[in-house]
Amino acid sequence: MNSADSTLQASSGRPLGFLRRYLFSTDHKIIGLQYFFLALVAVTVAIILSLLMRFHLVWPAAHLPFTSGGIMTPEQYLALVTMHGSIMVFFVLNTAPQSAFGNYFLPLQIGAPDMAFPRLNMLSFWLTLAAFLVMLSAFFVPAGAPISGWTAYPPLSGINDATGPGEGLGQSLWLVGILIFGVGSLLGSINFISTTIDLRAPGLTLMRMPLTVWAWFVTAILSLLAFAVLFAGGILLMLDRVAGTSFFLPAGLVVSGELEMHGGGSPLLWQHLFWFFGHPEVYIAILPGMGVVSHVLANFSRKPVFGYRAMVLALGTIGFLGFTLWGHHMFVSGMNPYSSLVFSFLTLSIGVPSAVKTFNWLGTLWGGKLQFPAPMLFAVGFVSFFVTGGLSGIFLAQPTLDTELHATYYVVAHFHIVMGVAAIFGIFAATYYWFPKMFGRKMNEALGKLHFWLTFAGAYSIFLPMHFVGIAGGVRRYADSTGAMYLAALQPLHLFMTIAAFSTAAAQLIFFYNFFASLNRGKPVSANPWNATTLEWATTWPPAHGNFAGQFPSVHRGPYEYSVPGASEDFLPQHLPEDASAPHDGEQNHAN
Amino acid sequence: MLLLLLVVSTASVWIARLYPAPPPISHNAILVDRQYNLTLYATGTAFILAQLGLAYAIVRFRDCGQRAHFTRGNLLLEILWTLVTLIVFTGLGVLGRGAWADVWFTPARSGAIQVEATTNQFVYTFRYPGADGKFGHLDPTLINAPAGNPLGIDPNDPAGKDDIVVAELTVPVNQPVELLLRSQDVIHNFFVRELRLQQDAVPGMLIPLHFTASRIGTYEIVCTQLCGLGHHRMHSLLRVVSLSDYESFLRRESPAP
Repeated sequence: MNSADSTLQASSGRPLGFLRRYLFSTDHKIIGLQYFFLALVAVTVAIILSLLMRFHLVWPAAHLPFTSGGIMTPEQYLALVTMHGSIMVFFVLNTAPQSAFGNYFLPLQIGAPDMAFPRLNMLSFWLTLAAFLVMLSAFFVPAGAPISGWTAYPPLSGINDATGPGEGLGQSLWLVGILIFGVGSLLGSINFISTTIDLRAPGLTLMRMPLTVWAWFVTAILSLLAFAVLFAGGILLMLDRVAGTSFFLPAGLVVSGELEMHGGGSPLLWQHLFWFFGHPEVYIAILPGMGVVSHVLANFSRKPVFGYRAMVLALGTIGFLGFTLWGHHMFVSGMNPYSSLVFSFLTLSIGVPSAVKTFNWLGTLWGGKLQFPAPMLFAVGFVSFFVTGGLSGIFLAQPTLDTELHATYYVVAHFHIVMGVAAIFGIFAATYYWFPKMFGRKMNEALGKLHFWLTFAGAYSIFLPMHFVGIAGGVRRYADSTGAMYLAALQPLHLFMTIAAFSTAAAQLIFFYNFFASLNRGKPVSANPWNATTLEWATTWPPAHGNFAGQFPSVHRGPYEYSVPGASEDFLPQHLPEDASAPHDGEQNHAN
Repeated sequence: MLLLLLVVSTASVWIARLYPAPPPISHNAILVDRQYNLTLYATGTAFILAQLGLAYAIVRFRDCGQRAHFTRGNLLLEILWTLVTLIVFTGLGVLGRGAWADVWFTPARSGAIQVEATTNQFVYTFRYPGADGKFGHLDPTLINAPAGNPLGIDPNDPAGKDDIVVAELTVPVNQPVELLLRSQDVIHNFFVRELRLQQDAVPGMLIPLHFTASRIGTYEIVCTQLCGLGHHRMHSLLRVVSLSDYESFLRRESPAP
């Protein structure tokens, strides 16, 4: 609180220059937007990389302008695999839902003037940006970006370019990028946790917090614990690469005919450290989306969230169990087969809180008065994808079936649907929902609906057929289908998926157009355009530095009081005192 | 509407079996398929019910001027669906553990044919112990593929004299086989989809894997662990042959004394 207060005082005295206001700002809202635009740039890059891959898988002999001999080499394809995955996971799925929307809306939703540590917040963003630039720079070094995938298993990633092009400087830059990102993420999560614990408005008990706040809070705890381990693992891998240590490298390695002077390390140790981070990372990507979806579904069903306490409990359970089941990534790794069975049961049990959330979302819709603006459509789409991707996980959770499906396109389809598409639908729901709060205008509804239907149909067209490729034995991370004879039969499916991928990517241009056009030309809206109940709508647009212009709200009820019997309106904002017959903010601020 | 289409199209592609897994060639693979089907029926039912439920809700409860039915939840329902999903999901795990235990909790049957499988970028090399039933000692400093010693077999060890080193895996039908997986450089994998079996080959580890192929034929071995720029072309063949063909294979490939 002290730190937040002091920056407020420092800033309220005199007007800030452009640089301090928009570039080196300590205002959580500006930092949230900075994260958002960083994620927007990152997702654009990552989607272009994925389109190049999809193109190459279907037309491997086509001449492309940027490749040396005109045709994409296997190492270039694998560099795309690595960088697409890394950029999406770290700079989109981690950055947009948590760092961008969490930064912007967590303080607003708990009635705080800013994050607990505004300068630390600014540092987190700049570290994240630096990490992005360092990682991207791997593309521009002579041997190119690393080819070891976003999982970077040693020994492939642990020695040098003897194991393959891109495994020299490119891999080191990638690793430095991850380490910088980890520091930014750790600082950010400390900030989120402190803010949620210390800066809540009077009356905002834990059980009155919006589910978005719960989700960001649990996610921050996951980030704190998970990134610390990745950071340690990353340092060890770096030492193996540059200092001649052997944490992950056993004795007797012969790479390209040369005996390596290493000994005593274990390649499986990296996998344990990596997935101890990597599995919670999946929940870091999806939990904020779950929060947003609960929030949006209640708003547009005009009903309280069904089973609020169960939802909170499920978030916590998912967060906890998420740390206990990393071994399901390692069923075929050579680890002890008895532990596989333990990891399997823990993985199957995380399906339970996930199913509880799904049932409660359906319960929230059930008996509601459903309105379908774009954010609601994307929230419903999230539920659909979450169900699909969650259920395919039940196959992969069983080591018996994983020995058939592991590292096939089935896995690619599963995680893209559940942590890619579902999480991105959460991001879209958040963007359409909060755009009015961030920019004072609404995005175009017709374009939003068109964007939804094309993306919904498109994403299923890409990823449903992908399961069948996997079941038939199609192996992921193959630069082309010439290696095994049976792969040729799967090419028609690949062609279908590539066409679907290009169409779906093209549909995103509608979103980009809608977003940027609406910044200036969108319909101006009142302070509470969705007739919502939570505190972010209790202040004017734009919320000034300090958010509530000194008039901090106090909270009198739970977050989702919609259609309460006996109330004059179908929503009761959290900050209105008990005699709630007075007109609401939403009407007072219409002039805004 | 679209959700309905989704359910129908998914189900129909599956029912038509347009892109199936190939027929299983071992008892264990049949168990895997059985567990796969069981899981498919359970999750498929959940998939159809959940998607159709979602579709029903968004049509049935769309805003027609009605007032929303106010409720905060239902503890009984919460307990019910928590228990049901817990039983179904972990139940699947219990039912499926057998096929896993067959391969991993039980050692290969005594008398199983031992074959060593060594991987390096981007080839498989298989070694049979020869008539003495013993593998010769390996020394990584002796590895020299161009000179014909890709595994580094110690020439001074008599047990290595009769070792058979080949690029493809030949096994007799209906005989238990124990593969000993090793890797020289990075992590690779041994995957035969007809066996429904894959296992990483990890440098520094010797990982045993046993199976009994019950159908004569030639099957493809592929690498599923990203191992470098040649990952996609790392490939070999599993030849399941009659016992007499197997014996003549051993005779043909044995090094001249």
